[in-house]
Amino acid sequence: MLLIACPWCGPRDETEFVNGGEAHIDRPTPAESVSDADWAAYLFFHDNPRGWLAERWVHAFGCRQWFNVERDTVTHEIRRVWRLGEPRA
Amino acid sequence: MSGRRLPGGGRIDRNRPLNFTFEGRPYRGYVGDTLASALLAAGVRVVGRSFKYHRPRGLLAAGVEEANALVQVGEGARAEVNLRATEVELHEGLTARAVNCWPSARFDVGAVNNLFGRLLPAGFYYKTFMWPDWRWFEPVIRRAAGLGRPSILPDPDRYETRHAHCDLLVVGSGPAGLAAALAASRRGERVMLVEQDPLPGGSLLWRPAQIDGRSGSDWAERAAAEIAAAPDALVLTRTTAIGYFDHNALALLERVAGAAGSPGPDHRPRQRLWSVRARRVVLAAGALERPLVFPGNDRPGVMLASAVSEYAARWAARAGDEAVVFTNNDSAYAAAHALLDTGGRVAAVVDSRPAPPARRTASLQARGVRTLLGASIVATHGRPALTGVTIRDAEGHDHRVAADVLAMSGGWNPTVHLFSQSGGALVWDGEQALFRPGRSAQAEVSVGAAAGEFGLSTAIEQGWRAGGGEGAPPLADAADERWTIGPLWRVPARGKAFVDFQNDVTADDIALSARENFVSVEHLKRYTTLGMAADQGKTSNVNALAIMAELTGRPIADVGTTRFRPPFTPATFGAIGGRARGELFQPLRRLPAHDRHVQAGAAFEEYGGWLRPAHYPGAGESAHAAEQREALAVRRAVGLFDGSPLGKIDVVGADAAEFLDRIYANTLSTLKVGRARYGLMLNEQGAVIDDGVTVRLAADHFLVGTTGGGADRIAAWLEEWLQCEWPDLDVLVAPVTTAWAVLTLSGPKARDVLDAAGVDMAIGEEDFPHMTFRECRVAGVPARISRVSFTGEVSFEVSVAADRACELWDRLRLAGAPFGLAPVGIEAWMLLRMEMGYLHLGADTDGATTPDDIGWGRVLKRRRDFVGRRSLTRPELLRKDRLQFVGVEAVDSTVPVPVGSHLRSPGLPSGSEGYVTSSGLSPTLGRGVALAMVRAGRSRYGEELLVITGEGRGRRVRVTVPGVRGPGGEPLDG
Repeated sequence: MLLIACPWCGPRDETEFVNGGEAHIDRPTPAESVSDADWAAYLFFHDNPRGWLAERWVHAFGCRQWFNVERDTVTHEIRRVWRLGEPRA
Repeated sequence: MSGRRLPGGGRIDRNRPLNFTFEGRPYRGYVGDTLASALLAAGVRVVGRSFKYHRPRGLLAAGVEEANALVQVGEGARAEVNLRATEVELHEGLTARAVNCWPSARFDVGAVNNLFGRLLPAGFYYKTFMWPDWRWFEPVIRRAAGLGRPSILPDPDRYETRHAHCDLLVVGSGPAGLAAALAASRRGERVMLVEQDPLPGGSLLWRPAQIDGRSGSDWAERAAAEIAAAPDALVLTRTTAIGYFDHNALALLERVAGAAGSPGPDHRPRQRLWSVRARRVVLAAGALERPLVFPGNDRPGVMLASAVSEYAARWAARAGDEAVVFTNNDSAYAAAHALLDTGGRVAAVVDSRPAPPARRTASLQARGVRTLLGASIVATHGRPALTGVTIRDAEGHDHRVAADVLAMSGGWNPTVHLFSQSGGALVWDGEQALFRPGRSAQAEVSVGAAAGEFGLSTAIEQGWRAGGGEGAPPLADAADERWTIGPLWRVPARGKAFVDFQNDVTADDIALSARENFVSVEHLKRYTTLGMAADQGKTSNVNALAIMAELTGRPIADVGTTRFRPPFTPATFGAIGGRARGELFQPLRRLPAHDRHVQAGAAFEEYGGWLRPAHYPGAGESAHAAEQREALAVRRAVGLFDGSPLGKIDVVGADAAEFLDRIYANTLSTLKVGRARYGLMLNEQGAVIDDGVTVRLAADHFLVGTTGGGADRIAAWLEEWLQCEWPDLDVLVAPVTTAWAVLTLSGPKARDVLDAAGVDMAIGEEDFPHMTFRECRVAGVPARISRVSFTGEVSFEVSVAADRACELWDRLRLAGAPFGLAPVGIEAWMLLRMEMGYLHLGADTDGATTPDDIGWGRVLKRRRDFVGRRSLTRPELLRKDRLQFVGVEAVDSTVPVPVGSHLRSPGLPSGSEGYVTSSGLSPTLGRGVALAMVRAGRSRYGEELLVITGEGRGRRVRVTVPGVRGPGGEPLDG
C-alpha cells in the first residue's frame, strides 16, 4: 500500500486516493480540427513505461485536490509530488 | 512409550497441569506447552495423515514450518482448522483432532491410496480425469483431497483492525531483533517489536548461550521488559508479521484473547489485525532448518535436528530414546549433544560429507558416539513409527541400526519471506548453500540468521547497528564458530523420498515434472502442488528447486525461487474482515425519513448504496400487487415518493454557466433563473455518463441534478475538469445531496395535496409551470420545489433540509389522505417511467451508449465544444447499425418479456439484434411494456422481432417509439 504525500495534507495511505492515469496529457484544441487518428491517440494511447511515470492522483477521501506524482512502476517508489500548475521538473 | 517428559528443566510450569484430548483420547500437559510438545512428551508419535497418500506422519518441526501435524482445534462454531500443532498453545479442556484422516490418524481408510501410490503421480488428476469432463470428477476429488473442514456456523467472536505508525518495526525477538529494538528504544524511538511466540527470545529460548553474563533466555526476558517499559515502544507477542507491502506497510496478526478453539474469556477481540506503517523495518525472523530427502524420510520419528533440541530444552520433551543423526552440515551435531545431555542414546551420527571438521566428530567420539562419514540413510523401518534405519556407508555397505528417532539436517534457510515480499532480491550463497537477502527495495535491513548470519555475536552486533545503537553491543561470551555444509539435495536410492511433506510431493515427482518439461519453479509448483497449502513450502522449496537444478543441469541461482506471497502463516477470514461483517460489511445509507417509511410498512431494498422502499405492501399483499396498486394511484390520484438520494451538486461562480456549457452536451447558459432543464453529460469517449435536471437559482448559481448512483461520481468528475483542465474558471463545486430530503408528489391530485398542505405561493399551471423552480414554504417548512416529472403526471419535487424530512412527510400524508395519496416505492416509480418511455441511465444504457443512440443526435448541431463532442464523429460512433433506444410491445402476450433477453429477426437463424433493457406489466394498459436497445432501432418502428426465450423458442414483439403514451422520449410538457 503506497504512502502518498498529498501536497496539501501530507503523507496519507493510498486508500484515500484515486489514480487518474498519466499526467501532462494535453487535450488537443480546437477539438473539431483534430484528426481522427490524433484524437484516438489522445483518448486511448498512453505511455505505460517500465520505470518512472508522471501520473495524476486525487485525494478523493481527503481534500479532493488533484496533484502530480512521479512513481516508479516497478518498485512503486515515489520520488516527487507536485501541485497542478507547478513545473514538471 | 517412546517420547517422554524429562524430569527437570524446560519452560513449562509443572505445578499447573492441563487436561486435553487429541483424537478423542485424554492427555495431560503443562502451562507453557504447545499441543505438539505435550503430544511428544506423552509419547504420541502419529499426529496426522498425509494429504495424498494418507501415510502416517509424526512431528517434523517445533515451529511454524511444521508440515505434518495439521490439527483442528475446538468444536462447533469455534472450531479452527489446519492449525500447526506446534503453534497451538495448550489450555485446559483443549480438544484437537488431526485433519486428513478418517476415522483417526492411526487407522485411516484413505491409506489405501498409499498402496496405489505408483498410480498417483504428479499431475495424475489432470491426466486421468480429462475425459469426458473434469467437472464430473471434481466434487469427489475435492472432498477426498481437502484439508480440515471449517465450521459453517457463524463465528461468535469479535475481531478488530488497528492502524499504527512507528519509527522502527522489528520482526522477531531473537538475539538480533532484541538488540535492534533495545538500541532504538534507548534512543527514544517509537519502536514496535513483534514476536509470533508467546515468549520473547527466539532461539535463546532453547539454544545454550550467555549474553552480558546472563543465560540467553534471562537476557532476552530482561531486554524485552526494558523495551516494553520505554514510553514509545510496544512489544507484541503472539503476533505474526504476515505481510510486507509497499512503502513499509506491514500487516501483523495478533492472537489476543483465548487460545485457539477456546471460548473468548473476556471482552477482548479474539484476534487483531494491525496495519502498520514503519519508517524503518528490521527483519530478524531467524532461519528454518531443511529436511534431507531420502527414502522413508516421512516416517513418524524422523524430525528436524533443531526441533529435537528445541523440544528437549524448551519443553523438556525428549523425542526418543535411541537416536540416529543424519546430516550434511555441522549444525546437527548440537542435536546429538542435546540428546546425550538429556539422557538419551545416540546410536550413530551419519554425515554425508567424507571429511567434516574434525572437532565436530571428535567431540562426539569422545562421548562414545559412532560417526559414519560419507554415508547416508537409504531406508527407514517401523510401522506406524520408526524402529530402525538402514545406513549405507562410504563403501556402499548397508547396515541396519535400531532407532526410534532420526534427527536430520539438510542445512538452513533464512526466513526471507517478508524480505522477498518487500521487493528485495535474493542471492544464492553457495558456501552456506542458502538463499539470503541481497539488495533491499525498501527502508529495511535483515539481520542475524534471517540474513544468513548464524553466529550469535555477529547477529547481536548486526541488530544493534540496525537499531541505531552506538557503542558496544550486548556481549555474547563465546566467539562465533563458522559452520560448514556439503550440500546433499537427495540420497540416490529407491523409494518414496519426500520433498514436500504437506503435499506429498516426492523427489520422483520432481523428476517427472522435469521429464514433462515443467522445469520452471512456478510450473513445478502448479504441476506437483509443491509448496502450496498451509506451510507454503517453508521446508520444501529450496530442496525442490535444488533437485530441479541438478536434474536440468542449471546452477541453483538460475532456477530461482517461487514468489513468496503473504500471508507468512495462514490468517483467518475473521481477522481479515475485522468489524466489517454483517451490516457493517457495507453499511447502507438510510433516508432522512427512514423511520416514516418503516411506519408506512415499506419493504426495503438496496439501491446504489441506499436502503430505499421498494414498495409498501399492505396486509397480505404481494410485492407485485403493491407495485401495481402504487403505480395506479399515481395515474388516478396521487403518490408520494422519496427521491432524496438523487444527486444534487451546487455549482457557483461567475463562470458557472460557461463551465456547465463545456460539461453538458446541451446548452445550460441560456437557462433563465428559476427554470429547469434536462441535460446529458458525456465522457471524452462520447458515451453518456449521467443525466438529470439542472435548475438555475441565480445568474451565478446552478443546482445540478444527477442520477442517484452518479451523485459522488459526477461531483468528482466536475472537480477533475475544473482543477485539471480549466483552473482559470471562477467556479466552486459543492456536493449537497445529503443536505436535502426530496419528497415528490405526483399524479392528477398532486396540486390539490400541495394546496391542502399549505404553500405560500400560487401553484396553478400558469403561475408555476412545468420545468420551473421556486423557493417557498410548504406547511411552514422552508422548501424548494421543482416542477419536473419522471412519471408523466403532474409532479412537485419538494426539497427541504434533511432534518425536516419527517415533518414534511407527515404533513403531506395528512393533507393527501382525503385525495387517496399512497406512498410509492421505487418499483412502481420505475414502472411509471417505463410506461412513458423515459430513459433510466445505467438500466437502458451502458458504458458505450452515445447521445444519438438514445435519440439525442441533435447535440451535434451545437457549434461549441463540450466534453465528448469530438468523439461523437469518430467513425465507430457514426455507424448506422448501432444499438438504438426503442420501445417493444408484445404482439401476442400480456406477460412481460424478461429483461436482458435478446431480440432477433424471425428470419435469422442465430445472433442478436439487441436486447430488452427494462420491462414490466403496465397496470394502466393491462399488458407488458418494455424498452430495448435494438440495432438501427429507430428505422425499424413497426417491425416484428422475436424475443429469444430459449433454444429455438421466441415470443413475437413489435418495435415502437419508447413509451406507450407519448410520441417520443422527450420529457412531457404537462
